[in-house]
Amino acid sequence: MSNIQINNVRKTYPGGIDAIRGITLDIADGEFCVLVGPSGCGKSTLLRMIAGLETITDGSVSIGDRVVNDLEPAERDIAMVFQNYALYPHMTVYGNMAYGLKNRGVPKDKIKVMVDEAAATLGLSEFLTRKPAQLSGGQRQRVAMGRAIVRQPQAFLFDEPLSNLDAKLRLKTRVEIRDLQQRLGTTSIYVTHDQMEAMTLADQLVVLNDGAVEQVGTPIDVYNRPASVFVAEFIGSPPMNLMPGEIDESGLVTPAGVVAAPAGVRHGAVTIGIRPEHLHPASDGPLRLKVRVVEHLGASANAHGTVPGHAVEMIASLTGADLPAKGETLGLTVAAENLHLFDPETGRRLH
Amino acid sequence: MRTKTVTFRHKWLPYALIAPQIVITLIFFIWPASQALYQSVLRQDAFGLRTDFVGMANFVRLFADDNYINSFVTTISFSAMVAGFSMGIALIMAIMADRVIRRAMVYRTLLIWPYAVAPAVAGVLWWFLFNPTIGIAAYALDGLGYDWNHYRDGGDAMTLIVVASTWRQVSYNFLFFLAGLQAIPRSLTEAAAIDGAGPVKRFVTIQLPLLSPTVFFLIVVNVVYAFFETFGVVHATTSGGPGQATNILVYKVWRDAFEGLNLGSSAAQSVILMVLVIALTAIQFRYIERKVEY
Ligand SMILES: Nc1ncnc2c1ncn2[C@@H]1O[C@H](COP(=O)(O)OP(=O)(O)OP(=O)(O)O)[C@@H](O)[C@H]1O
Ligand SMILES: [Mg+2]
Repeated sequence: MSNIQINNVRKTYPGGIDAIRGITLDIADGEFCVLVGPSGCGKSTLLRMIAGLETITDGSVSIGDRVVNDLEPAERDIAMVFQNYALYPHMTVYGNMAYGLKNRGVPKDKIKVMVDEAAATLGLSEFLTRKPAQLSGGQRQRVAMGRAIVRQPQAFLFDEPLSNLDAKLRLKTRVEIRDLQQRLGTTSIYVTHDQMEAMTLADQLVVLNDGAVEQVGTPIDVYNRPASVFVAEFIGSPPMNLMPGEIDESGLVTPAGVVAAPAGVRHGAVTIGIRPEHLHPASDGPLRLKVRVVEHLGASANAHGTVPGHAVEMIASLTGADLPAKGETLGLTVAAENLHLFDPETGRRLH
Repeated sequence: MRTKTVTFRHKWLPYALIAPQIVITLIFFIWPASQALYQSVLRQDAFGLRTDFVGMANFVRLFADDNYINSFVTTISFSAMVAGFSMGIALIMAIMADRVIRRAMVYRTLLIWPYAVAPAVAGVLWWFLFNPTIGIAAYALDGLGYDWNHYRDGGDAMTLIVVASTWRQVSYNFLFFLAGLQAIPRSLTEAAAIDGAGPVKRFVTIQLPLLSPTVFFLIVVNVVYAFFETFGVVHATTSGGPGQATNILVYKVWRDAFEGLNLGSSAAQSVILMVLVIALTAIQFRYIERKVEY
């Protein structure tokens, strides 16, 4: 059993910086939990507190039903993959992977078996005698992974492990990490600011904002029902269209036109969110978009523009061959179930 | 690497600009060095009336001379102690300063002060502290039941020049060690902590190996310092005594020339020292070129 419980954890750095303002999370055994949020929101801080590299100002962290607040990093039985990989430059790949086992007094022959096995899993067998400086970025990343898996810890902690790789390799490695984690079934916490990585990797997605949890859920949940304007803007690419509006007897009044309001929402001012892919062209549709730029992505195209007569920016993601030209005004519809309504004051979801 | 090319309008300007340096080098290095080379193959009689060419005889005599061999041994053990103590103390201080990086600026400023003190002044300072009649340190030692007298006791004298020379060098070593430690990414020691290594093990297996180029560089620098730059300290404290106890090579050169008036032998000793410093510098350059060794 290696579930991780984070109970009302706070972190105040010397100097009074409140990096984490009370976070409670429950990560089940074998779950892949992704912490996502903008730069400076406290992702690394939270991860480092779990690892034992930062003190916990308040609250408690348990790993496998054992409170680890006062345990040394080594005693927490976790492994961490750092953004810069933190490979020991003076040791070979073998030395890097064996170091943690050696420190724990594992016999030499057993270390060899374990390192060889982990190296084989990650395709590192031919690099075991090389130093980190003699490896490519992708290979170094693998060694960092190898160093984590070889000890068979209770949990993996990843701090933006892919951000130093090029786009193509990042995609490939992402799939490999997910595959490896599912095979090993090790509880994992993964920090990233890339919402794409977050969506594809997570069992449980945690959106952080300014040291607090904004929303927790499966990626699909978070995508379909963002709990706040912050989440709505952060998750999804291209980002969700946001515009002011009002609900009255006629329905939902948007700057672009009037549409049917979703059921059960109070009357009054709202912030409307519509995902670009939920806007469909319809010449007699209630919404209007004056196209400024069309981006062709191959499978789809993004039409960027403004609502005529308003300063409201809008993006529509279109599929099919019939794409609008620059300067054209496009008619659009959106289904009522695809509307997201938020309180303009608090930013919280209204339905 | 790209090199910047500066074009001077006047042909003579570059020469004029380097002339002072050339003149200084000529007057204070090349000329004395050539004089030493020249003198080392000559012998003057006691009254300075006759000067004969004697070839390598001065050198041969030196290596047959027990005093010279003793001075060599004294210098080597003196250098080893100065390098060992000053680097050891500096390393401990650097480790402590590295931990509390917030106040590192304060530490650094305080620790660099001794280096700004001229060797002779440092010598006088320590001479005052340890003077058997008026020195406060000698007095304190007396209170502890130790009868300090570096005029009588060779061990005391050696201790005094080691302490005085070490004190000055600690600050220099500290700066290099601190810079070296801070150049090691923090995530490496963090990774090692997660990998189950305690503070001592982390230091021995991660930080020290990564610090080895700095260690090597400092060994050479400190040996050069102890061999050649401690004249002022010795002169101000023990004057090479009692007996030959602290008569290190560079002091012996001076003593033999100006007190013993044996110019030929003194010049030969200078030449040997010159060869040593050239060798040490060459070793250092080779390793600096080869850079970090991992
Ligand atoms: N050692 C520290 N001392 C003081 N403040 C710190 C320290 N480390 C981080 N902070 C502050 O805590 C906040 C959270 O930092 P953290 O590194 O956790 O952000 P992050 O979400 O990981 O950002 P990024 O995506 O850029 O890595 C920031 O405001 C940062 O300035
Ligand atoms: Mg971070």
